[in-house]
Amino acid sequence: MRLHEYQAKQVFADAGIPTPASQLAETVDEAVDAAEEIGYPVAIKAQVHVGGRGKAGGIKLVESREEAREAAEDIIGMDLKGYHVSKVLVEEAVDFVNELYVGVTMDRGEGRPVAMVSTKGGVNIEEVAEEDPDAIAREHIDPAFGMHPFQARKVVYEAGVDREVANDVASVLTTLYQLWDDRDGADTEINPLMITGDDEVIAADAVMNIDGDALFRQPEIAEMGEEAAEGDELEQKADEYGFDYVRLDGNVGIIGNGAGLVMTTLDLVDYYGGEPANFLDVGGGAKADRIANALDMVFSDDNVDSVVFNIFGGITRGDEVANGINQALEQFDEIPKPVTVRLAGTNAEEGMEILNEDLVTVEHTLEDAVQRAVEYAKEVEA
Amino acid sequence: MSVLVDEDTRVVVQGITGGEGKFHTEQMLEYGTNVVAGAVPGRGGQEVAGVPVYDTVQQAAREEDANAAVVFVPPAFAGDACFEALDARGIDLVVAITEGIPTQDMARVYRKLQETDTHLVGPNCPGVITPGVAKLGILPGNIFSSGNVGLVSRSGTLTYQVVDNLTNRGIGQSTAIGIGGDPIIGTDFIGALEQFEADPDTHAVVMCGEIGGEDEEEAARYIGEHMDTPVAGFIAGRTAPPGKRMGHAGAIVSGSGTGTAESKINALENNGVPVGDTPEEVADHVEDLL
Repeated sequence: MRLHEYQAKQVFADAGIPTPASQLAETVDEAVDAAEEIGYPVAIKAQVHVGGRGKAGGIKLVESREEAREAAEDIIGMDLKGYHVSKVLVEEAVDFVNELYVGVTMDRGEGRPVAMVSTKGGVNIEEVAEEDPDAIAREHIDPAFGMHPFQARKVVYEAGVDREVANDVASVLTTLYQLWDDRDGADTEINPLMITGDDEVIAADAVMNIDGDALFRQPEIAEMGEEAAEGDELEQKADEYGFDYVRLDGNVGIIGNGAGLVMTTLDLVDYYGGEPANFLDVGGGAKADRIANALDMVFSDDNVDSVVFNIFGGITRGDEVANGINQALEQFDEIPKPVTVRLAGTNAEEGMEILNEDLVTVEHTLEDAVQRAVEYAKEVEA
Repeated sequence: MSVLVDEDTRVVVQGITGGEGKFHTEQMLEYGTNVVAGAVPGRGGQEVAGVPVYDTVQQAAREEDANAAVVFVPPAFAGDACFEALDARGIDLVVAITEGIPTQDMARVYRKLQETDTHLVGPNCPGVITPGVAKLGILPGNIFSSGNVGLVSRSGTLTYQVVDNLTNRGIGQSTAIGIGGDPIIGTDFIGALEQFEADPDTHAVVMCGEIGGEDEEEAARYIGEHMDTPVAGFIAGRTAPPGKRMGHAGAIVSGSGTGTAESKINALENNGVPVGDTPEEVADHVEDLL
């Protein structure tokens, strides 16, 4: 779960990491008032989860009241790579001489957290990682002990940070690790961490991704996350229902249990000449209501011409799935889109008996079910 | 023969009094698994499905000679449950079924694991099964059949699909291991492949991977360098668009070339592993390898 920049900055500032003076604004007037109060130059920054906001026109530097109004009018309400901008952060523009990257994340290959510092800040760090991996100094942290102060100093010196600010940068990194640890961070990053002419360090951006599985013990962050939720109507609906859902460009709707099997179903739709409209994983042990919600979701996508259900029950039971499908379909006078079902595994036979074959097409193998669903989709298109 | 699980495996179920714990304990018993104890704090002295419950895993291991633990404990407490099993003397294998354990908790468990000789399978996995002998976890026993093909997979339901394709054409399995799709897991592909390579009764192995991470690429190198037992592969997520997360924490394509289905398939094929386009085709490859 990702926080907005203004939220992450608040968390960082509360922990003692220096951040620029800033105010959140939701209207043009609020933005202009904030700019006047902070004093020019200020940056006006769209608060959406989009990388490369600056290039896309979502961040503007302004020097006067007129420019501030113009920029706020441009940015508030704009559509940034598919995301609607409803909030901007109005922020003091920091006069800097250097930009660093500082981050903490989980290295899944090593199974341990890793702290990273680079003097190539202010640019896309993924590109740096790929083109010049040596430009990022890394230090793995033993999660049993946490980050020792010497480790923070070590990685800062290895990165080649100027001696005058090395201690302050190490202190920011130590705080950042502590936040990552305390708040169940997935990635926490400052890019750029600006160094001013007076050797001050200031976090000019803030990224905080939190482990969604740990939100039960991070109530304050969970509340911020609700505010940060965005995406199109279907994605928000998926969040409400608690599904792993990804919208794609095709017309065959796909519902299954377990990420690997659902991905395999997508791949087979493609293999048999169709195009997947979505990825929807109902998860393990889904009951009838959840199955009905999944159908509701996929039916509400206008691009979908045909739906395939692929359930291989382990912890999930075929009879529950069949009841859910019947329950969802019986409310229609006419089924909106043809539904093909393949049930296997736990209680699959019971499920097959329960399924109402007036409402769905039943197939016995994965291959047959996918081919049938692709045929239906083609018939609709034709 | 088999790996990890055999007729001497004596299981303690952590969280046996919960809904899933109880249901799957019954399923495991029905399959023939030697479930000898449950462990739930504060429930010592009770019985579930005829199985005695202890307050701690250590008591269960001591009183009932348990040597394996299966974790059905809810996510908030599952990290601690894994620690408890790793700490208990006599427990050689821990199978963690629980989905949604916070990653930082698992990082600490993983750290502890490095200090022990215990095998941890999972978390967020379907478990381990030696067909006809025992199953530890939630796998549907009826689709498996006993034989000489080992199987290792990051995805539970994909395991079932591939096993179904194998069983339907008369190819039995020695052991199937669902290693789980979380970012931090105990036994990984290489750990499972090492076990199969050392087992004289496993004549071929199926490895099911998916997009995200680089575990499949590393496993491919391991196969090329260290394995005599032939391996067939399957990779899910060929059609996944870059940058989107597909359920499993690992199943994201960075868009930078590594972690994609293509890079994994190439790595496997370059190391002599035939990769099926469909689960059915994987079974074709296995038939050819045997």
